[in-house]
Amino acid sequence: MTTTVAAPATSSGPVARAKVRRGWTQHGLLFVAPFLLIYVVFLVWPTLLGFRLSLSSVNIAGGNDHLVGFANYAEAFGDPRMWRSLWNTLVFTVLSTIPLVLLGLAFALLVHHLRFMQWLWRLSFFGPFLLPSAVVSILWLQMIYPPDYGLLNGTLGTDVLWLGDPSTAMWSVVLTTVWWTVGFNFLLYLAALQAIPHHLYEAASIDGATAWDKLRSITLPLLGRTTALIVVLQLVASLKVFDQIYLMTGGGPEDATRPIIEYAYDVGFTGYRIGYASAVSYILFVLIVIVSLAQLRLFRKREEVAS
Amino acid sequence: MTKRFSVSQVVLLLVALVLAAIWLAPIAWAVATSLKPEDETTVTPLQWFGSEITFDSYALVLETGGILKWAVNSTVTAVIVTFLTVLFSAMAAYGFARTQFKGQRVLLALILAGIMVPPQVLIAPLFAEMVAFGLVDTWWAIILPQVAAPLIVFILFKFFQDVPPELEQAAFVDGAGRWRVFFTIVLPLSRPVLAAVSIFTFINTWNNFLWPFLVSTDPNTMTLPVGLANVVQGTFGLRYAQIMASVVLAGLPLLVVFVLFQRQIVRGVAHSGLAGQ
Repeated sequence: MTTTVAAPATSSGPVARAKVRRGWTQHGLLFVAPFLLIYVVFLVWPTLLGFRLSLSSVNIAGGNDHLVGFANYAEAFGDPRMWRSLWNTLVFTVLSTIPLVLLGLAFALLVHHLRFMQWLWRLSFFGPFLLPSAVVSILWLQMIYPPDYGLLNGTLGTDVLWLGDPSTAMWSVVLTTVWWTVGFNFLLYLAALQAIPHHLYEAASIDGATAWDKLRSITLPLLGRTTALIVVLQLVASLKVFDQIYLMTGGGPEDATRPIIEYAYDVGFTGYRIGYASAVSYILFVLIVIVSLAQLRLFRKREEVAS
Repeated sequence: MTKRFSVSQVVLLLVALVLAAIWLAPIAWAVATSLKPEDETTVTPLQWFGSEITFDSYALVLETGGILKWAVNSTVTAVIVTFLTVLFSAMAAYGFARTQFKGQRVLLALILAGIMVPPQVLIAPLFAEMVAFGLVDTWWAIILPQVAAPLIVFILFKFFQDVPPELEQAAFVDGAGRWRVFFTIVLPLSRPVLAAVSIFTFINTWNNFLWPFLVSTDPNTMTLPVGLANVVQGTFGLRYAQIMASVVLAGLPLLVVFVLFQRQIVRGVAHSGLAGQ
C-alpha cells in the first residue's frame, strides 16, 4: 500500500492518458467539488477563523470584537489555570499511552495465540470501545468508583476515594480510559500480527527456536512500524482528552484532572470569552501538529530505509 | 511437542478467561444493577443479584425518558454523516487519483494537511460559524462538520491509486463517461474498502460527544450520548437501576451490531486505523 503513494496520477497507461487529454479533465474538479466545499466551510475556514478569534476579545455573542494582537496568548502563558490544565493533559497523555500501547500489544499476542472463541476475546477487549463516552463515564462514575457501594471498593475490599481524591483522581480517569479504549490498539495489533507471514515462524521452528525466541526476533521487530503508528495515534488521541474527564470529574477535585480542551470549553462556553478560548485551543493545536509532523518524518525515514 | 503445546494453550486460555472476565465485569455490573429493585442497588457488602430480577427500570426509562427519541436522532445523524462522508470522500479521492485538473496538487496537499487538524480545537470558531448560519440546535449543525473528514479521502485515495486502470479502460472504450465508470465500475469494485470506512465513520459519529453536546441545547435534537449525559444525570437523581438501564440501552445497539457483524467491523476498524502505515 505504501509504495504507491508517491506514484503520479498519470501512470494509467496510454489509453487513460489519451482520455485525459480528450477532455475528461473538466470532470476532475466536479468530483472533488462537494467534499471540497464542505471541507473549506467546516474545516479550513474555522481553522483560519479560530486563529483570527484568538487575536480578538470577542465574546460568545459575537460582541466586543476588537483585535488585541497576541494579548490572549500572553495572558494564557501567564495563567496558572492554563498551565495546570496543560500539565494535566500531558500527565494524562503519558499515563494513558503507556498502558494503552503495552496492554493492547499483550492482549493481541494472547488472542493471536488462542485457537478458540475468537469472538469472545474480541467482544471482551474491543466491546467497551464501542460504548459512547457518556455511557462509560456514567457507568464508572455512578456504579464503579463510589467509595461505599461501588464495584471497585466492594470487590477489592479497599477504601479508596478514587475520583474524589486529588491524588487518585487522575489515575482513576486513566484506568477508565484504558478499559474503554485499549480495544482499538488491540485490534490494530491483532491485524498486524495476522499479516506476519507464517513461513517465518516455520523456518525458525526448524532452526530450533523457542516461542520466546520467535517473539523476540520475529514478532516484535516486525511490529515496530505498527507500534510507531499506534504510539502516535495514541498520543494525539490522549492530548485531545475531554469527554470522560468532563463527565466524571468536571475537571476536579481541585483542578486535579481538568484537561486543556475542557479549560478552553470553560473559558469559552461558560465564561463566554471565545477569543481567549481560541488562544488556549491553539496552544494545544500547536502541540498536536508537532506530534503529527514528527510522525510524518518518522514514516518518511522508514519508507526511505525500506526502499 | 504436541503435549507441551497443549499445556501452553491451557495456560493462555486461563489467562484470557480471567482478563475477559475483568474486562466484561463493568458491563455485567451495569446489567446486574439495572435488573435490581431500586432500593437494593447500593447495598453493602456488594451483591451481584437482588432479591428478584425485575425489568421495571427499563419500562420506566422507556416510558418517561427521551432515550428512544435520542436513539432515533443518533441513528439518523450517524447514517447521514456516514453516507455523505463516504460518497463525497470517494468522489474526491477518485478525482485526485484518476483525473487531472488545475491546482490538483495544491488541493490534495491542503486536504492531507487537514488530517492534522483535531476538530476539538475548532469548537470556538465552528460554534461561531453555526451561530452565524443559524444552525444551532439543528441536525445539520451536528452533521456537516463531521462530513469534513480528510482522513477518509486519504484512505480512499490510496486505494484508488492501487486499482488497475485497465478495469476502467474497457468501459471508456465502450463510450462510458467518467461518472458512469465511477458509479457502475469503481464503486462496486471498492465495496470492501467502502464498508471499512463506513463502519469506521459510523462508530465515530455514533459515539461523538463534544461537538453534538455543544450545538444541541434542545432535548429534541440531542443524540444519545448527549441526551444521556445532559438529562439522565440531572433528572434521575439517585435512581441507579434506572440510570444503569439507560446506560445499557444506550450501549447495547453497537454491541449487538458488533456481535452480528464482527468480522466486517474488525476489518473496518483495523483497515481505517492502520491507514497511516
